[in-house]
Amino acid sequence: MIAINAIDQLAEPYDIAIVGAGPAGLAAAARAAELGLSVLLADENPAPGGQIYRAVTTTPVAKRDVLGEDYWKGGALVERLTKTTASYAPGCTVWSVAPDEEGGFELGLSLGGRARLISAGQIILATGAQERPFPIPGWTLPGVMTAGAAQIALKSSGLVPSGRTVIAGCGPLLYLLAGQLAAAGADIVAVLDTTPRRNWLSALPALPDFLRSPYLAKGLKLMAAARGKLSFRTGVTALAAQGADKVTGVTVTRGGKTETIACDALLLHHGVIPGINLSNAAGCAQHFDTVQHCWTPTVDDWFASSIPGIAIAGDGAGIGGAESAALRGEIAALDAVRRLGHLTEGQRDSHAAPARAELARSLRGRRFLDLLYRPAETFLAPPANETIICRCEEVTAGQIRDTASRLGVTGPNQMKAFLRCGMGPCQGRLCGPTVVELIAQVHGVSPADTGYYRLRPPVKPITLAELAALPPSEAAVKAVVR
Amino acid sequence: MSGDARSADIIVIGGGIHGCSTALHCAMRGLSVILIEKDHAGRHASGVNAGGVRQLARHVAEIPLSNASMALWHRIADLVDDDCGFTCDGQVLVAEDDEDLGNCRTRVDDLTLRGFHHEELIDATELRRLVPAVSDACPGGVVSRRDGAAIPLRATQAFKRKAASLGADIREGVRVTRVVRDGANWRVETGEGAFLAPRIVNAAGAWADRIAADLGEPVPLDVIAPMLMITAAMPAFIKPVVILRKRKLSFKQFANGTVLIGGGYLGRAIRDENRTVLDWSKLATNAKTVWDLFPIMRGAPITRAWAGIEARMPDDLPVFGPSAKHEGVFHQFGFSAHGFQLGPGAGAVMAEIIATGSSNVPIDGLQISRFTHH
Ligand SMILES: Cc1cc2nc3c(=O)[nH]c(=O)nc-3n(C[C@H](O)[C@H](O)[C@H](O)COP(=O)(O)OP(=O)(O)OC[C@H]3O[C@@H](n4cnc5c(N)ncnc54)[C@H](O)[C@@H]3O)c2cc1C
Repeated sequence: MIAINAIDQLAEPYDIAIVGAGPAGLAAAARAAELGLSVLLADENPAPGGQIYRAVTTTPVAKRDVLGEDYWKGGALVERLTKTTASYAPGCTVWSVAPDEEGGFELGLSLGGRARLISAGQIILATGAQERPFPIPGWTLPGVMTAGAAQIALKSSGLVPSGRTVIAGCGPLLYLLAGQLAAAGADIVAVLDTTPRRNWLSALPALPDFLRSPYLAKGLKLMAAARGKLSFRTGVTALAAQGADKVTGVTVTRGGKTETIACDALLLHHGVIPGINLSNAAGCAQHFDTVQHCWTPTVDDWFASSIPGIAIAGDGAGIGGAESAALRGEIAALDAVRRLGHLTEGQRDSHAAPARAELARSLRGRRFLDLLYRPAETFLAPPANETIICRCEEVTAGQIRDTASRLGVTGPNQMKAFLRCGMGPCQGRLCGPTVVELIAQVHGVSPADTGYYRLRPPVKPITLAELAALPPSEAAVKAVVR
Repeated sequence: MSGDARSADIIVIGGGIHGCSTALHCAMRGLSVILIEKDHAGRHASGVNAGGVRQLARHVAEIPLSNASMALWHRIADLVDDDCGFTCDGQVLVAEDDEDLGNCRTRVDDLTLRGFHHEELIDATELRRLVPAVSDACPGGVVSRRDGAAIPLRATQAFKRKAASLGADIREGVRVTRVVRDGANWRVETGEGAFLAPRIVNAAGAWADRIAADLGEPVPLDVIAPMLMITAAMPAFIKPVVILRKRKLSFKQFANGTVLIGGGYLGRAIRDENRTVLDWSKLATNAKTVWDLFPIMRGAPITRAWAGIEARMPDDLPVFGPSAKHEGVFHQFGFSAHGFQLGPGAGAVMAEIIATGSSNVPIDGLQISRFTHH
């Protein structure tokens, strides 16, 4: 592996550029490099692993059972990459991916405060998932954070929230995190489960598959570990964070009764959804996945997007978990290598066969989880008008509802012009799904009919000075020489 | 607001600021209107432009139309019941050196001779008063004090809503596939069946050449994708919109502190997919100009960049007025990256021409005949 520590060490053009060094990106990069292609793997984090295996090579958490045995599997993926000739650029932000006029791609990247444009023949986006926004009244108070953010602090710095901690929401990761934090010594006073009871009905037909899936054993273990030690409250139908300048408690409604639990930290989590900012900004088509209830890039069996040459592997193209992400990375890489003419279709197919078989097994049971842990309507489209939805521009649920109905605004892109929601630095990561949900609710249509934000590069901000100093791309230099 | 009527006095093709404004002004004159838009009103150039409401530095052939429009911008809330985010802090053309300033003087003198007084030559002192942050090297420039800026999509949709409230039938998400003569009417065929009207307006923006070609009036329309970028909020340091003559730049700080940077650098338009691809090398040049002129901006984070799909004619002037070939056909397109300001006035003039056969606002030099008659 070639470590890239400064932007001028990038040796373009690359056959394949891969964005994101989680399981999907690590596996894709290793596979493509093993087949002899020149590969760049870029990731904005300082170390490989992505979200699930974050800091797997550097974490200060030494007791293996705190993070659980699955976490340490990430080490093998990193080791496999280390043995190849792939270039790996940590701390490197890819802020733009765009097709060029010759069938390849131009990438805009920043590393160490300097930007550059480079070219690549094929692109694999492996940017993973993000947490589904979970807007409740008071969620912008200091002391309220996402469970994912708490997990990042734990994995990368060995930190747990201080004081009385409440965890609220639903989904398998919620139980995993509760277990990890408890094991690491956090004072968890309550776990508030928002799983709607009637989800059991819709999930039931998918139960048999789940019972034969690898999720079952894992899930039961997680539940048992978490439930055994922690105070669980199920059937939560409303939540609000209390406090003036920091969170001091959380108000919980269950079975029509409301109580307030004092706390110093409130961790919220409503499952994960694909992080679509880069694929969306690159122009890849997307659709609304009604089972996972989220916008998802549209991909084929090889995880190729609507733009020939851009594949999307891992959770960024639909939530499947770490194991499936690595397998999807392998499969996408094989197809990218085939597109570059280094494998025939037949070779690609036979290389991919084992991964495909495993992929099917790893995804079995997923549907049950998706249906069971789909958040309730009342958390997707918060009823309280004062709830802030767009944190960057401080836009409330009431303003969005009012604008949708009074001004006849039918989609999130139009909403931007009236309320500026989604126009802050996060580019809608924290409000997009909720804005869509609220507009759909007002007009009595589905989120699919409402559409999603058209996102714009740079998907992460770059400074004017960085852009002004952008060296001419190799392609531009060649064009002048010719 | 979509009724069941399949026919009307007028069918407007295209729901940009031009189509919506013409629909509104026709409705105000008591005419029945159907407006057909393939996406949503303001989805293209009219919703994503820089919002510059500028008379400064316009081609003389456009000035009468631009004057008519400016009068409407200054009472926009009375017209469409929404202030469209319009603010009036002037636009300033900054001369970067003495030669540049000399050209400014020639231009302003020429306008004065023609009887136009909206552009005013300014010296270094007045320039610094209007734009304190500008680099010390700049010797002066030109100001157009009644100019300003508005919020494009909000403005376009306000025209749409007001037209609808006066009875215009707005059909969004419906694409016109063909236009054919049908007795005394024009039959406008769409994905949702045909519509009939004796008069049609081609306000289809970057797609208008297709409608024109259907009508046997092919035009040399270039589909372009002008790019813009915007920064995170900066401390307030500039009120007017600033443009340059020699290098390409348009520069505007909004009340919330964000700064919009443009200047007409082009990306790539893929009009059949409603897509654009940015050219970062050109945006880098654009950023370098700002770096030189406004040192305060050097650390500003750029949060978004985009391009809109726009129609440009070879002479950078719109195609505006009756068809050269057919009774009942009117063209209103090809605004060549400066048509947002013209929207309100152009709609009023077009409605007047449709309803009365003529207008006092001269449109010489803008007609389609300049391309179809040789
Ligand atoms: C980035 C950018 C910055 C700009 N900045 C400024 C500025 O600061 N000041 C200024 O004055 N101007 C500016 N402009 C120019 C201005 O935006 C345009 O000139 C103006 O909006 C054109 O309006 P329009 O209604 O003709 O076109 P559009 O807004 O493009 O509207 C045409 C509509 O027709 C629809 N249509 C096309 N074909 C069909 C069909 N077959 N059936 C149904 N509907 C159809 C399209 O979907 C589209 O919505 C800028 C343009 C861009 C792209």
